[in-house]
Amino acid sequence: MTNVSQAANGSQTRSSGGGFDLGRLLLEGRAFFALIAIIIIFSILSPVYFSANNFLTMSSHVAIFGLLSIGMLLVILTGGIDLSVGSTLGFAGVFAGFLMQGVSFEFFGVVVYPPVWAVVVLTCALGAFVGAINGVLIAYFKVPAFVATLGMLYVARGVALLMTDGLTYNNLGGSPELGNTGFDWLGFNRLFGVPVGVLILAAVAIAAMLALTRTPFGRWVYSTGGNARAAELSGVPVKRVQVTVYVLSGICAAIAGLVLSSQLTSAGPTAGTTYELTAIAGVVIGGAALTGGRGNVRGTLLGAFVIGFLSDGLVIIGVSSYWQTVFTGAVIVLAVLLNSIQYSGRKKKRPAPSDAQTSSSQQRTATWRTNTAVESPAEESASQPQQ
Amino acid sequence: MSQIPHKEDSNDEVILSARHIAKSFGNVHALKTVNFDIHRGQVTTLFGENGAGKSTLMKILSGVLQPTSGEILLDGQPVNVTSTTEAQRLGISIIHQELSLAPNLSVRDNIFMGRELGGPTNIDYAEEERQTRLLMEELDEPIDPLTPVEDLRLGQQQIVEIARALSANSRILIMDEPTSALSASEVEVLFRVIRDLKSRGVSIVYISHHLEEALQITDHAVVLRDGVMTAYAQRKDIDLEWIVRNMVGEGFDLGSPPTGYRMGDVALSLREVSVADASVPDRSVVDRLSLDVRAGEIVCIYGLMGAGRTELLESVAGRIPLTGGSVVLEGHDVSSLSIAERIEQGLVLVPEDRQRDGLVQTMSVGENLSLASIGAFTQWLFTSRRREQDVVEASIGNVHIKTDGGGADIGSLSGGNQQKVVIGKMLATHPRVVLLDEPSRGIDIGAKAEVFRLLSEGARQGLAVVFSTSEVGECLSIAHRVVVMSRGRISAEFGADVTKEEIMAASGEAVVA
Repeated sequence: MTNVSQAANGSQTRSSGGGFDLGRLLLEGRAFFALIAIIIIFSILSPVYFSANNFLTMSSHVAIFGLLSIGMLLVILTGGIDLSVGSTLGFAGVFAGFLMQGVSFEFFGVVVYPPVWAVVVLTCALGAFVGAINGVLIAYFKVPAFVATLGMLYVARGVALLMTDGLTYNNLGGSPELGNTGFDWLGFNRLFGVPVGVLILAAVAIAAMLALTRTPFGRWVYSTGGNARAAELSGVPVKRVQVTVYVLSGICAAIAGLVLSSQLTSAGPTAGTTYELTAIAGVVIGGAALTGGRGNVRGTLLGAFVIGFLSDGLVIIGVSSYWQTVFTGAVIVLAVLLNSIQYSGRKKKRPAPSDAQTSSSQQRTATWRTNTAVESPAEESASQPQQ
Repeated sequence: MSQIPHKEDSNDEVILSARHIAKSFGNVHALKTVNFDIHRGQVTTLFGENGAGKSTLMKILSGVLQPTSGEILLDGQPVNVTSTTEAQRLGISIIHQELSLAPNLSVRDNIFMGRELGGPTNIDYAEEERQTRLLMEELDEPIDPLTPVEDLRLGQQQIVEIARALSANSRILIMDEPTSALSASEVEVLFRVIRDLKSRGVSIVYISHHLEEALQITDHAVVLRDGVMTAYAQRKDIDLEWIVRNMVGEGFDLGSPPTGYRMGDVALSLREVSVADASVPDRSVVDRLSLDVRAGEIVCIYGLMGAGRTELLESVAGRIPLTGGSVVLEGHDVSSLSIAERIEQGLVLVPEDRQRDGLVQTMSVGENLSLASIGAFTQWLFTSRRREQDVVEASIGNVHIKTDGGGADIGSLSGGNQQKVVIGKMLATHPRVVLLDEPSRGIDIGAKAEVFRLLSEGARQGLAVVFSTSEVGECLSIAHRVVVMSRGRISAEFGADVTKEEIMAASGEAVVA
């Protein structure tokens, strides 16, 4: 995993330290191997598990967690946490459902039925707005991320419940006369046999991957999480980066809300409860450090797949849902345990400053001296000695 | 090298002696065979520059570190100080520069923290309070035992630390830079307490950069340089000049001011700059300070800890807000710009604490080097890896970083090379003015000389350089001009021909009575 991430970060020159180390390979590729192991084990236990159709079905479940996890990854990379994504998902779904029912302006006596694309845009804007409140509270008002987003967890959920009085919107289909059909395209339908939700996840994942590895913004995210003070002194707009990641996380949650309500063809105010924890678990299983600065999209996707394929597999072989909870918890703890082994191992690997380094720096000094000795007469003749 | 302190007076009882103590970290020898005595009821001061091995020695005596070789004799018996708890049991306490009190708890609770009186279920608060009151009376400091520590002035907090050590029956008290954050009157109180402790037979090991101040209180002087004890003497036999000579040694040449080129116009102009104290907003840590630096000029700012050097440089770089005055860069007022905008305009800061403020430990050497100049290799939305590689390689070459390449872990570099990464990162932005806060902190002498050579090379190419230091020897190296700061103001300005004594006198090291 880490090797992959290093390559992605544009540092191909990193030497592996020589030799093939199976333990290290297993440790660094753990999310990938875990996923393979899960697929193999459940394929043996159940004949229906290993089939293209089942994989697609499971993937469309993973799409929800995956979308949340990618947003969460951005936040965690900066050293923050976003506990509000599950509620934002529910809020966004309800908001979309509300728009699909038509917005009546009683004052004018008209009911406006926005087309689906407008519903999508408005819902994403809502997610961005929720994220912006989180981000501004955290970056500018110095509210701890845990507390700010915990508050938002309650507020967003409460507003969603208020909007529907606790009821669920079941009619999301729209009608051709009103020109607002097509909501099922967001998650329920398939394109080339692939659930649209999975394609949306893929698109978001690619965008996030590009943003993190190939843009200044990505570098800013990693440096903010790695050491915000150093980043700030290097000219990184740390506060703006913080607000942006929460906004993006809110948008990801809103997209997930749209996909989920399309998949379910209904939008309920309690959708997505505790999903924030699943999203965090996906990020952590994917090897990201909760302290920030370490992690990547590929790992996070693998983490989301591990959780999704594991829980669906347990359902398929008929394990009780109580046991599923136990298994998921155990996997999360194991992942964090391996993370700390990996990161503490890295620290121990650091060699102490050695005499060899000092002496070679002195050699360089000597070379440097010769350089200036050659250069300085030329400079002195160029500019007349004055000072 | 390993001259053993000789006993002169018969009443000069040695309570603790360290014999042939050596300590290595990997291949770095922090201490090489040091012999060191502590006398009962007297003050022994350790003198030495940063990195001379003072704190390593103190950590060994207080059980934080174990020596690689050598032994410690307490009352003539060899002892193994394996932990701080063991040290405390033997009666050795250390008071660190950063106090280790819990600010939210009361004086009483701090003094008995971890050694609460009473049974396992209830604490005997009354007895604790009585003992605390007694201690405070003995120390002649009327501090109420129930006051929360955060409400006390720093000097009083230090007294609380001392009281805590006394209540644990410490016979040897190690004080690491105890006066660095104290006002002159608080220093007087501390010295009175120290004299009082001496009369009660408590031995004190004192570490301070304030040489004159230390000379007032000490009975014995031990000088360390590069992990070796270079000199020992009794107070009556020495003076300031003796200490400085032994501390600095005949010396490693850190270079001389670059000459042979024409300095440019004023590049950086500070006009009546003021900065408020973060903890006491009414007080100014930088007080209406004005300074002009020309292109190609190297200015050294010397000052003791608390003189306001860091605050000055950080406010000029935009890290902390000015409360008055303006910062003018090449004729343009940049006072209202953000850090990023100032970097763009060519004003950069290399911070004092490279671990905390300089490096992103989770990123590679190359990513650290390119962090401040991402714009230079960004096209449209995306960064160009090829052009980033160019920037990184150029930086590694320019500042001579010894590394496997841009992909190496930042933690794999030595301190000196890490410092060069921070400098290289800022130089990669092609600045006009570079500020460096204690650029030589925690790096070895070879790397130090190399950093200074980089700076003079930069100045030769028209860069305005301002660096701060707390080591007098560094002022006398590459700086064209030495500015001495004391209590937020410039107390003196010298040319390159200044002497160490002049600088020290102006810094206030000789002022405290």
